[in-house]
Amino acid sequence: MLSFIGRRLLQAMFVLLIISFVSFMIQDKMGDPVRQMVGQSVTLEQREALQQELGLNDPMLIQYGRFLGRAIQGDLGTSYYYKEPTIDVIASRLPATLELSFAALVLVILLAIPLGVFAAIHPKNLLSRAVLLFSTLGLSVPIFIVAVFLMYFFAIEWGILPSFGRGETTSVFGLWQSGLFNRDGLRHLLLPSLSLAFVLTPIFIRLIRAEMTDVLQSDYIRYAWAKGISAPRIYFIHALKNTMLPVITVGGIQLGTLVAYTILTESIFQWPGMGLLFMDAVTRVDVPLISTYLIFVGVIFVVTNTLVDVVYSLVNPRVRIPGYS
Amino acid sequence: MLRRLLIILCLGLSSMMCLAVDLRVALDADPISLDPHEQLSEGGIQYSHAVFDPLVRWRQDGTFEPRLATSWEVQDERTLRLHLRQDVRFHSGNPLTAEDVLFTIERLKSSIDFKALFNVVQDVDKIDDYTVDIHTNHAYPLLLNILAYVFVVDKTFYEGRSEIVKFGQTFASTNVSGSGPFTVRDRVVGQRLTLVRNPDYWDTQSVGNVEQLELLPIRSDSTRLAALLTGGVDVISPVAPIDIVRVQRTPNVKLLALTGTRIVMLQMNQARRVEFQDIRVRRAMNLAVNQALIVEKILRGYGEPAGQLSSAAFLGHVSDLVPQSDLERARELMKEAGYQDGFRVTMMAPNNRYMSDERVALAASAMLAKINIQVDLKTFPKAQYFQFFDQQAADIMMLGWQSDTFDSNNIYEFVLACRDTDTGMGAYNAGRVCDRKLDDAIVLANQEMDVAQRVALLRGIEMRAVDQAWVIPLYWQPIIWASKQHVDLESVVNFLNFPYWGDLHVSVP
Repeated sequence: MLSFIGRRLLQAMFVLLIISFVSFMIQDKMGDPVRQMVGQSVTLEQREALQQELGLNDPMLIQYGRFLGRAIQGDLGTSYYYKEPTIDVIASRLPATLELSFAALVLVILLAIPLGVFAAIHPKNLLSRAVLLFSTLGLSVPIFIVAVFLMYFFAIEWGILPSFGRGETTSVFGLWQSGLFNRDGLRHLLLPSLSLAFVLTPIFIRLIRAEMTDVLQSDYIRYAWAKGISAPRIYFIHALKNTMLPVITVGGIQLGTLVAYTILTESIFQWPGMGLLFMDAVTRVDVPLISTYLIFVGVIFVVTNTLVDVVYSLVNPRVRIPGYS
Repeated sequence: MLRRLLIILCLGLSSMMCLAVDLRVALDADPISLDPHEQLSEGGIQYSHAVFDPLVRWRQDGTFEPRLATSWEVQDERTLRLHLRQDVRFHSGNPLTAEDVLFTIERLKSSIDFKALFNVVQDVDKIDDYTVDIHTNHAYPLLLNILAYVFVVDKTFYEGRSEIVKFGQTFASTNVSGSGPFTVRDRVVGQRLTLVRNPDYWDTQSVGNVEQLELLPIRSDSTRLAALLTGGVDVISPVAPIDIVRVQRTPNVKLLALTGTRIVMLQMNQARRVEFQDIRVRRAMNLAVNQALIVEKILRGYGEPAGQLSSAAFLGHVSDLVPQSDLERARELMKEAGYQDGFRVTMMAPNNRYMSDERVALAASAMLAKINIQVDLKTFPKAQYFQFFDQQAADIMMLGWQSDTFDSNNIYEFVLACRDTDTGMGAYNAGRVCDRKLDDAIVLANQEMDVAQRVALLRGIEMRAVDQAWVIPLYWQPIIWASKQHVDLESVVNFLNFPYWGDLHVSVP
């Protein structure tokens, strides 16, 4: 176990090094941060003085070295716009994104498992065909279209749900601003999480259906039928458990994607999470914030992948991962 | 007139009609700091008008209205005497005196963003507690224009901790004491700024009844519009031209559009292309571009097609100079110049800086193709675009210039004057126009105190620029707001796009 985690940690460091290096190399292609912070009549000289002050005129490798030196001490830089350490800025926006992803994930599980199982058990049923049609639709329609449609109908035309923001938040233990514990916050959460769920559910429905169809053909299920075990027990205990392996793999990857790339959904619904933060940082060329965000996303991917591996061996003890006993 | 009527209405009817209301405003940007002197930007000045008071401010008709300065008189060519209001207190409780004005102007002179405007101020003398003399380096006709940027700050509150830092936190960027109609209650950077009415505000004549003003940055045009249509906010700006019809179709929402003074133009770089040194080519290009069509099709009829740089609100405006477009004549001119087969040029434009900028650039390049000028157009987000602009990286560059002084001469100084890195003149002259006689006129216009003579000077510059076809003016960008019907936005929004939120009256439905 320890050597497994150690090995992962090493891999993670390597991945993060590469990410930070790349994010540094693209910096000067993004534009001039000083220009974004000064008025039009500020002279070229004054702007150059500011650039000098920020150390933007040094060669890239020297800048990167300086960055690494500080990063080792836990300082990833100070955001130009927020004027606070970038880690703090991201941490303050993290709850919003995590709650949105969590809500979307709950919706996906609630929808995908029953529908996928149903479609596998009754392949010829009209509902199954409808579900498959819907899943094709969901796979092929991009999320911003779904989001805009949802907003158009639910918020603008029918006026039953709010169209932007996070609404009221309650403080949980003074650490976490949560929107999950009051009506207003939940109402705000519904549309963005629904649009995320809409594009994520289809892949899981299809996956579960395909795996389940496979499993239902296997010998041990036939034997279970012969033994006279009740249908729900066969479907949901014996069969479903074995369909879950690929679902967990794909789910882990998707979870990372979800947290990292809610950018579009957050921009459309003005959801004050990390994705929106990143979009704004790009427009403002807030370079320290952009680098920190990319590194942070890298961390999320490494962590979820590690977790997936651990869960994997819990669900199926036959699986062996090198270094993990 | 309208304001007086409203006061009478308020006094006459039961107080129910004039109840205080809360207002939510969604804008495309938020002020980067609570320090009014940190950045000279539209969002920054809008914020300053809410939390601070200027010495004077613009009326909708382009004249100046006394605010913290109640009256002013010219002492001599280089001295202006200001009399200050005596009943003003800052949010901290400190009284406002001449000391605060001295402190503020000194601070502005040291601010990176404002020093270009305030360099002309030599020093400020305190005559007594409520009188100051402002001395300028030379006779300066635009002194009141810059005094409209003097948002007086509380000396006792800020002194000793008043440094202005662009990339870092300062005391002033998070702590405020102004004298304005609102105080700052709460700011979540990038999410909202909540202001509440200052109960001790000196301007008791104001009809403003907004008790709590919430400013929300919503960057995406369609999300901002949806926020208004769903009732999530009461006022939004700007509205994208493509959404204007949608706003007009909605019964409880209204649109307010004004012609702004920002001139969007194309600059032809004569240092990069010999073709552009031929006046016939420049004239042909001006004739080939159909400004009226761009405004009609892309800006949906909002905004004003431009045949010159100065908008009608500016002194340099010449009403005879209307945009011309004549394809036949343009082709003839190209033929005369020997370019009937045309040539290829590069062009760059931003795609998120000005209203519909990318589409305008595309339309303009298609129009130039009609006289066989093949344009290779590249568009960039503003952050990258302005780097290219500084490098003059293409033959044709798009620029939208907003005069900070709301005077023609500022445009000429930055866009037409010869490039001079020492004085900062011509810093945005991507056409590499250089005409010494024009430069002399620009310098003169900055010192001419006689209005009639100054107008003659400015119009002379304008006519010369148009006659030489140095740039292709396109249009003056519109200022577009939308709000719920019961918000009396018309009385507070002006051609400067600095709404005076303190005076906004909202009737309770």
